[in-house]
Amino acid sequence: MFTWFHKLASPPYFYLLAERLVPWFAWASLLIILAGLYGGLWLAPPDYQQGDGFRIIYIHVPSAWMSMFAYAVMAVAAAIGLIWRMKLAHAVSAAAAPLGASFAFLALVTGSLWGKPMWGTYWVWDARLTSELILLFLYVGYIALNQAFEDQRTGDRASAILTLVGSVNLPIIHYSVQWWNTLHQGPTVFVGTGSDIAPGMLVPLLVMIAGFMLYFAAFVMKRIQVEVLRRERNTNWVQELIDKP
Amino acid sequence: MTPARRRRLIMVMVIVAGVAIATTLGLRAFQRNLLYYFTPSQVAAGDAHPGQRFRMGGLVALGSVQRAPGSMTVRFTLTDMQHSVPVVYTGILPDLFREGQGIVVHGRLDKGGLFTADQVLAKHDSKYMPPEVAAAIQKAMQAQQDAVKAKGAS
Repeated sequence: MFTWFHKLASPPYFYLLAERLVPWFAWASLLIILAGLYGGLWLAPPDYQQGDGFRIIYIHVPSAWMSMFAYAVMAVAAAIGLIWRMKLAHAVSAAAAPLGASFAFLALVTGSLWGKPMWGTYWVWDARLTSELILLFLYVGYIALNQAFEDQRTGDRASAILTLVGSVNLPIIHYSVQWWNTLHQGPTVFVGTGSDIAPGMLVPLLVMIAGFMLYFAAFVMKRIQVEVLRRERNTNWVQELIDKP
Repeated sequence: MTPARRRRLIMVMVIVAGVAIATTLGLRAFQRNLLYYFTPSQVAAGDAHPGQRFRMGGLVALGSVQRAPGSMTVRFTLTDMQHSVPVVYTGILPDLFREGQGIVVHGRLDKGGLFTADQVLAKHDSKYMPPEVAAAIQKAMQAQQDAVKAKGAS
């Protein structure tokens, strides 16, 4: 187990593993997202209050979910990178940041478009919306800090500390709708034992989340490959990889 | 684990714990400012300052909506089932505004206890279901109420 962990952390091994896995994840995500969209846009019934307008949930919730998941991945990678000085961990963080930022942006935009007809406003400064906006700023801050140094290792370490500091925002986003009065609704999918959403609407939502997860897995691996190549460009194995016909 | 790694592990844990504690204290200190709106009970308890603009959230009381004919002015009562506050608003209401709906109003409370709103936002709940299911639930609740009434009458 531990030897496998060490092997996985070796950039050449990971590079070749990702080379094999990326197509599987990418095609699976495409199929599952198409299935989820069909389920969400055609099969799911309209909502009793919001009519067909609620269907934006099938983009909004998976995006918001992934924006937090990507940050959690970065926080774990940052801790591993700082403690064990593992080079691959920093590459994982650097690869995940732009994807997470895109998900956070998508969650904010779809939420805003949803808010105008339902709430009557594009934006309010309530706890959920504000903490999600801070998450987007954390991603942007990470990307900027990671590239602000001449030496890659300095940038990696500084931005890893920023990631860890920012990780306190994750529980704040998650519990914001319970800790404070917000205009944003409370939790729907996991409420105690059951769920506040009809099964016919819930299944496509879970399918979409699975599809987004696979999309993230595929593209984070592809991006890690690029990061690894860039960081290891002066090593022998990269040279051999290029020389190979 | 080597001593250097152990030292770094402790450092990482101290950073995370320190930031978490600082954030918790900070959020607790600003608890009141982080509330997006006050409930009518909080308003009745004097948490909101009369004369200052603030937001108030609650349900539109059933049967309370009155529209002034020939104008865009609407009067209704905002309630949280314990306290109620009368509200007057002139303007376009969001689509989801209806009796029994959770809404947030932004405006001022005058000394007489009337809230003059200049913005009304609808707050939709966390329930999603097809209209047929909602109608069935409504029907079942009505039947239950009728049964209770019939029992009381007999």
